[in-house]
Amino acid sequence: MPSLQSRINTAADLFRLQETLQQRASSNNRYIAVCGDTGCSAWGSKSVKDVFRDCLEQKGLAGQVGMKFTGCLGLCESGPVVIICPEQIFYQKVQEEDVEEIIDKTVTRGEIIPRLLYQDVLSGETYTYMNEIPFYQKQKRLLMGNNLKIDPNSIEDYLALGGYSATARALTEMTPLEIIDEVKFSKLRGRGGAGFSAGDKWKECYDAVSDRKYIICNADEGDPGAFMDRSLLEGNPHSVLEGLIIGGFAVGAREGMIYVRAEYPTAVVKIKHALHQAEELGLLGENIFGSGFDFQVSISIGAGAFVSGETSALIASIEGRAGEPRQKPPRLAQRGLWGRPTVVNNVESLANIPVILREGEEYRRTGTDKSRGTKIFSLVGKVVNTGLVEVPLGITIREIIEDIGGGIKGGRSFKAVQTGGPSGGCLPEHLLDTPTDFEELNAVGSMMGSGGMIVMDDETCMVDVARYFLRFLQDESCGKCFSCREGINRLLEIIDDIVHGLGTPGHIDLLRELSVVVKDSTLCGLGQTSANPVLSTLQYFEEEYRAHIKDKKCPAGVCKALIHFSIDLEKCTGCGVCKKKCPEEAISGEKKEIHEIDPERCSKCGICLDTCTFDAVLKC
Amino acid sequence: MRQLQEQKASKEQNNNNASNNHSLVTMLHQIQETYNYLPENVLRELAKEKNIPLVDLYRVATFYSLFSLTPKGKHKILTCTGTACHVRGSEKVTEEISRVLGIQPGETTEDGEYSLEAVNCLGACALAPLVVVDEQYHANMTPAQIGALFNGVRKSTCQDKESSHCHCSSVAVGSKEKS
Amino acid sequence: MLEMTLNGLEIQVEPGTTLLEAANFYGIEIPTLCYDAGLSPIGACRLCLVEIGSPDRSRLVSACTFPAQKGLEIRTHSKRVINARKLLIEMYLATCPSSKTIQDLASKHHVTRVRFKQKHDDCILCGLCVRICEEQMQAKAIEFIGRGHELRISTFFDKKSEDCRHCGACMYICPVCQARCQGPQEKDAVCNACLNLEPPCLEEFEDAMCYMDPCVACEQGHEPRKGCSQRKEGS
Ligand SMILES: Cc1cc2nc3c(=O)[nH]c(=O)nc-3n(C[C@H](O)[C@H](O)[C@H](O)COP(=O)(O)O)c2cc1C
Ligand code: SF4
Ligand code: SF4
Ligand code: FES
Ligand code: FES
Ligand code: FES
Repeated sequence: MPSLQSRINTAADLFRLQETLQQRASSNNRYIAVCGDTGCSAWGSKSVKDVFRDCLEQKGLAGQVGMKFTGCLGLCESGPVVIICPEQIFYQKVQEEDVEEIIDKTVTRGEIIPRLLYQDVLSGETYTYMNEIPFYQKQKRLLMGNNLKIDPNSIEDYLALGGYSATARALTEMTPLEIIDEVKFSKLRGRGGAGFSAGDKWKECYDAVSDRKYIICNADEGDPGAFMDRSLLEGNPHSVLEGLIIGGFAVGAREGMIYVRAEYPTAVVKIKHALHQAEELGLLGENIFGSGFDFQVSISIGAGAFVSGETSALIASIEGRAGEPRQKPPRLAQRGLWGRPTVVNNVESLANIPVILREGEEYRRTGTDKSRGTKIFSLVGKVVNTGLVEVPLGITIREIIEDIGGGIKGGRSFKAVQTGGPSGGCLPEHLLDTPTDFEELNAVGSMMGSGGMIVMDDETCMVDVARYFLRFLQDESCGKCFSCREGINRLLEIIDDIVHGLGTPGHIDLLRELSVVVKDSTLCGLGQTSANPVLSTLQYFEEEYRAHIKDKKCPAGVCKALIHFSIDLEKCTGCGVCKKKCPEEAISGEKKEIHEIDPERCSKCGICLDTCTFDAVLKC
Repeated sequence: MRQLQEQKASKEQNNNNASNNHSLVTMLHQIQETYNYLPENVLRELAKEKNIPLVDLYRVATFYSLFSLTPKGKHKILTCTGTACHVRGSEKVTEEISRVLGIQPGETTEDGEYSLEAVNCLGACALAPLVVVDEQYHANMTPAQIGALFNGVRKSTCQDKESSHCHCSSVAVGSKEKS
Repeated sequence: MLEMTLNGLEIQVEPGTTLLEAANFYGIEIPTLCYDAGLSPIGACRLCLVEIGSPDRSRLVSACTFPAQKGLEIRTHSKRVINARKLLIEMYLATCPSSKTIQDLASKHHVTRVRFKQKHDDCILCGLCVRICEEQMQAKAIEFIGRGHELRISTFFDKKSEDCRHCGACMYICPVCQARCQGPQEKDAVCNACLNLEPPCLEEFEDAMCYMDPCVACEQGHEPRKGCSQRKEGS
């Protein structure tokens, strides 16, 4: 590989280097992309990659066929995902044993291996090429599309795709105000949750007068069930970095900071590596592109606190204090990190910036009138195709779940979809046609949030979901506001009573009354939205609450105190598997005879239900 | 009042600038890395060295959930209780692990072998419910698989530490041992 | 000077004043639990809530921490504020019923029922003790420890603190332990004995001592309840 030691001093240097790299990339464009993101790694993609490398070496193909260990390719459910480029033949669930066959057949002879292709569960149809798969067809992968072409450890890959042109343009051809205007014009709204106009936020910080300013990239991603920020940082770190540099230039900050949650150690390693590469090339540091603009980036690591994702708490955490939110005003643009004007942007928001500056036209054609561009959702839960999906804003939730997600897993029926994380709400079937738009989602009692989209089927109890989020928030609230700390405690206390069969009819009104007050009387966004899961489940699934309270039944069969396990006399064959597996030794019965569950000893873990192959265990 | 606030703010800044670029959180991370937890005497030394009030250290150390004031076990078990994992049944999985190991999340077994930690989302929600044992991911867990998983860990069947590939789901379900 | 509207009244305050200070200056009383004029405000108890903004786009903020802003519209006793305040007091009462301060607040704001399970916490985490210890006594022996529902006040590693100067300031300022009220027992958090006109002495009084003897209710000629020392047997 030619060394890149020489520093890039001007925009022209950059373009020259890009061209060389581009040529190199197109002259040997045959390569194998193995997804190396957490999802696929957990399925074993790392060893798959190693076997590929060894095998190529052995067969003497290493020179002609490249390898990329990429960021998330989207369809994490079917990992490890392997894509043969340039044709983009999509293989899923690839195991070490399959590697040699892939190289022999597909790579050398262009033959397809049907067994490894993606198959649609409903139609049974198989697809050969990535872009044919319905999962990818409705997506618009402005931010994630390049993951396939980029090894996150290689700045060359990024440069070959025209990387850092946006920075060059911003720093050498535009004034800060022009950049801010362009971002405003693009109608980019913050992807961290609140959906505040990114341009307006930058303008406010630009206007602030100070000797020093800061720009912070918020990679705290606390929403449990969302992982797009991690994937962006791990799959395409330079795109985020570019956004940060351009943002710094626009607001007048010469120091940038990336605040990453400690639960993402791989992301930290990748960003550090990316920073190092950018520094070596002079894309960070002093006098970038000869524009006279200096910019440094440092990394700050969290320590496990959801509330530290709130901007003022995040700053407290960087300054080394407990990450508690504070009263705003004073706003961050007046008084942020170390008391200086500061702007905080989400990872995904920043990754949008280079796209806007490079492909503004295309960008503005995507999305809705009020919010342009795409949004990445982590489509998870009881849906067939789980993974990361990037869609134009404004597409309906139904399209995401049914067309992209392939519907509900295991042929069960849809019950609700939860968006917006712990601050969001659960939407029922009849609201599935709601577009993914900040205002529309708010209007139906949910939120865009950071982009978690959790699909629930009829086996999910909505009271339990509300309880789940309250428990989460009870631990994660900083606890300073009495109304947040005690309000959540009391909401949970009531819901706990309900799921234990101790609910009273008055509880529903009390839950509503208390929820409104908690929303109203707390300091930060966590408290102000903490009652949303309760309010939205009450709004759309009040019947289910009533079933728990009045009939003492959990219709979904989740709440332990309200369900009972028994054995169907007709179906039991007396095989004894359940008896052997029951951890409480609650099942009795001789071999070949009907077994019985002792309700006193049964801990309702459901293991018997899972193990019985004759469907003889009943839950009611 | 305004005066008080300003006084406090400037004091905070001095405190922090004094400890310059290494924020307290970073320093605590370093200590935890070295000792595997935050020992009291080390915190005392740090307080003296950096001239930070003792309670401030304790405040920060107890605010963040990743800092531990007691030693952790040899084997670290993480069970994800994030939303995606929850709707796919992680609560029962966690309960089963607790039962098998005899500890609750946040605790360490008496012999110092295992620590169980419930975490909110490991960023691999597509594989929910997720259990991570010594950095090996075990996807799509069910309570019924836990017995086999821990038998495996005990006998360290997952020997090839190099491969992060989890074989547990293919291990025949049917733990004979009852703890 | 900043012009604002306070409950419809045009007022003027110095920049840097908080809404609570402004209201107090103009003679409007706002209940507080975590505020003390000599300490920096932290906005923890949320009792001093006021409504700001035009009625269609208003929100509630804590008056003790919110800085005065030009043209701000403030309502200290709107329906929304009163509702929130009353429910908060109800929660306080369910949490720390034996605080005289809280009992007094409840009766003053006509909180006469408690729909939550009764606890007997002895701290409302107002943080007054933490601040007086740090800001006035310069000792910094205690702090908020933990977070969320496990938040508490404690010393370094919960041990006897070397930094404590035994001044007793924390005990002096604590609204929960000062003048501990002996009133309510398990079943009902509401006492209101000291200010309420309702008969104060609850059924469960038994051998507990009444804080005021005779109490306001007796003086008003109400019938003392069973168990009250003032009650004549047979009546
Ligand atoms: C409790 C709480 C947690 C938050 N966590 C995150 C987070 O993890 N990541 C994030 O980007 N924004 C988070 N936010 C939103 C941030 O406060 C802020 O709005 C965002 O980082 C601004 O960036 P944006 O304008 O680019 O969206 C959180 C907000 C609250 C109230
Ligand atoms: S609302 Fe909750 S999380 Fe936010 S500052 Fe108040 S107590 Fe802390
Ligand atoms: S001990 Fe008293 S003063 Fe200190 S926080 Fe608790 S209630 Fe407030
Ligand atoms: S992790 Fe491989 S496709 Fe998402
Ligand atoms: S919710 Fe378990 S990994 Fe995300
Ligand atoms: S007095 Fe303002 S919040 Fe307590």
